[in-house]
Amino acid sequence: MRSFEVEIGIVAPMDRANVDTDLIIPKQFLKAIGRSGFGAYLFDSIRYMDEGQPGQDCTGRPLNKEFPLNQIRYKNASILLARENFGCGSSREHAPWALEDFGFRCIIAPSFADIFYNNCFKNGLLPVVLSSEVVETLFQKMYAEEGFRLVIDLENEIVKSIDGVTEIPFEVDSFRRKCLLEGLDEIDLTLKSKDRIREYEDLKKQNSPWLFQSNT
Amino acid sequence: MSGQTLYDKLWMDHLVEERDDGTSLIYIDRHLLHEVTSPQAFEGLRLAGRNLWRRDSNLAVPDHNVPTDLTERQGGIEGIVDATSQLQVQTLEDNCVDFNVKQIPINDERQGIVHVVGPEQGATLPGMTIVCGDSHTSTHGALGSLAHGIGTSEVEHVLATQCLVQTKMKNMRIDIFGSLQAGVTAKDVALAVIGQIGTAGGSGYAIEFAGQVVRSLSMEGRMTLCNMSIEAGARMGMIAVDSITIDYVRGRPYAPKGELWERAVKSWKKLCSDNDAIFEREIRIDGASIEPQVTWGTSPEMVLPIVGRLPSPEDATDSTKKEAIRRALEYMDLAPGTPVSDIPVDRVFIGSCTNSRIEDLRQAAQIIKGRNIAASVKQALVVPGSGIVKTQAEAEGLDKIFLAAGMEWRAPGCSMCLGMNSDTLGDGEHCASTSNRNFEGRQGFGGRTHLVSPAMAAAAAVTGYFTDVREFLGSDSI
Repeated sequence: MRSFEVEIGIVAPMDRANVDTDLIIPKQFLKAIGRSGFGAYLFDSIRYMDEGQPGQDCTGRPLNKEFPLNQIRYKNASILLARENFGCGSSREHAPWALEDFGFRCIIAPSFADIFYNNCFKNGLLPVVLSSEVVETLFQKMYAEEGFRLVIDLENEIVKSIDGVTEIPFEVDSFRRKCLLEGLDEIDLTLKSKDRIREYEDLKKQNSPWLFQSNT
Repeated sequence: MSGQTLYDKLWMDHLVEERDDGTSLIYIDRHLLHEVTSPQAFEGLRLAGRNLWRRDSNLAVPDHNVPTDLTERQGGIEGIVDATSQLQVQTLEDNCVDFNVKQIPINDERQGIVHVVGPEQGATLPGMTIVCGDSHTSTHGALGSLAHGIGTSEVEHVLATQCLVQTKMKNMRIDIFGSLQAGVTAKDVALAVIGQIGTAGGSGYAIEFAGQVVRSLSMEGRMTLCNMSIEAGARMGMIAVDSITIDYVRGRPYAPKGELWERAVKSWKKLCSDNDAIFEREIRIDGASIEPQVTWGTSPEMVLPIVGRLPSPEDATDSTKKEAIRRALEYMDLAPGTPVSDIPVDRVFIGSCTNSRIEDLRQAAQIIKGRNIAASVKQALVVPGSGIVKTQAEAEGLDKIFLAAGMEWRAPGCSMCLGMNSDTLGDGEHCASTSNRNFEGRQGFGGRTHLVSPAMAAAAAVTGYFTDVREFLGSDSI
């Protein structure tokens, strides 16, 4: 997995609460059997004026000019500023895949849906929880200043203004932080406990043998 | 020391290892797979040269992409018209062969929506940890199990290690006391709960549903309730084991038999919260206060009783909520103050992992029997949750009732809940749907979803508008 240490980037808005994973990546794109190429269809139903199809070349599609990610001032944004309960709905990991593939490395919101939050960390994408008041202030600053950028420092768990004057602390649990900082493979880490897993299974086979019946 | 909640007990029983960083390794008993969220996980195993940790924990079934049209369905995988859907279903089959995973194939009678199939086959048992790459895995908590949705990376993690790295959730109990009015079902309870606590109300919590109303629900109703925990923001919802649970599991194909059954039942009876257990948050709702519900907007929390009127952006106190109401009314093409019963219905969908079990179909059939769908209703789909449900419904003559009313009787699958197959809404169409999400475009580009119970969907099909199902009830209540 791609590691994350510090991100310095342009901030783009997704200024509505309860952004669901159907909005992030509509269902027709879930038919793909690969992991890449979802960025072209990120927010497809509100980013384009027509209905997108999987595998479609999006270069000629009519754009929704009102949509921030289509506006020149947010070009190359790598930090998404969002509202409450971002990523609610389905467990589709295609949502973080699409955000990451588009070029986002960090999402800031007052709250995230649990499954989406968890999925982000598996894909080099950092979700940062800040208070509603702080997020509101960031929205105002972003709208006021074209090219508004922020510094996201995961090592020190701080969001900084580009001049370094303002520092806003955030928290990430230490396991996820370590995995993201070092780009660790979680399966490798778990397999280090394989003897412990076998012990657990042996005990469980004694106590609850019906859980180990063969299905075939 | 205070007692343990049901969630605490299930957690402790599956704890493999606690780590210094506050995370825990949790053992997974049952892993369910479907075609949409598994291909990249199997590919990940291949790339890393890993194999399955425990083959017989896994059970796969195609459901999201499968056609429900009876003719198209007869052709099996080769007969799927949409080439990308066909490839995905074929990929599941190939992966199951390569990794020797048990798959219930597309035209096996046991095939169906994964969250209907698991409990139906007894692959879901009380006391298990159950995961699946699908957020509605919360359904299985109805059997007193710890069940939740995971992303594809975690699907791969479970395939390779039989474990997940987890942080313990907080405990919430939702106590629905008293009894329900006639015509009010588990779906109305679920929607009323979401209306009260909001779609983020359960974030960070494991919900336990309790109270007399929950104890009185059938297993089908309990599954409907736990299914929609995720729409309340909670990854998992669960219900303590009682005789209704045990009677449901008895005799199912994957359930233990003989002496093992006796041992299992003895252990399952402990699967309830202790009297002195502590919940960080408790909600109490009077069952008698719940009326038939209809969602009007683009989030499940935008819900009203059938007798209600649509809100205005001015009703909200903060600017984000005002904007959410304004945007939802605009998307749904509805005006503030409109009575819910004035909203017209273009299509009706009875199905999904929320409401496609035999009891759901019986409730819909009871309303539709001897009536016809309104001329203004373009289509009314009835999609059973599994082949077993379909066979049972046909044995009871329910299919004949639906067909006589002008409804369509389909083959099992996820269907119009998310429209990954060809069952979709047209741009701008309003749908009375028994599914679980009314997000923008969920059932089709520009489609407008209203979530309701099966009985309310049937009533809407008859009149062409959302209609209080209580007006249809004779002496036989639902």
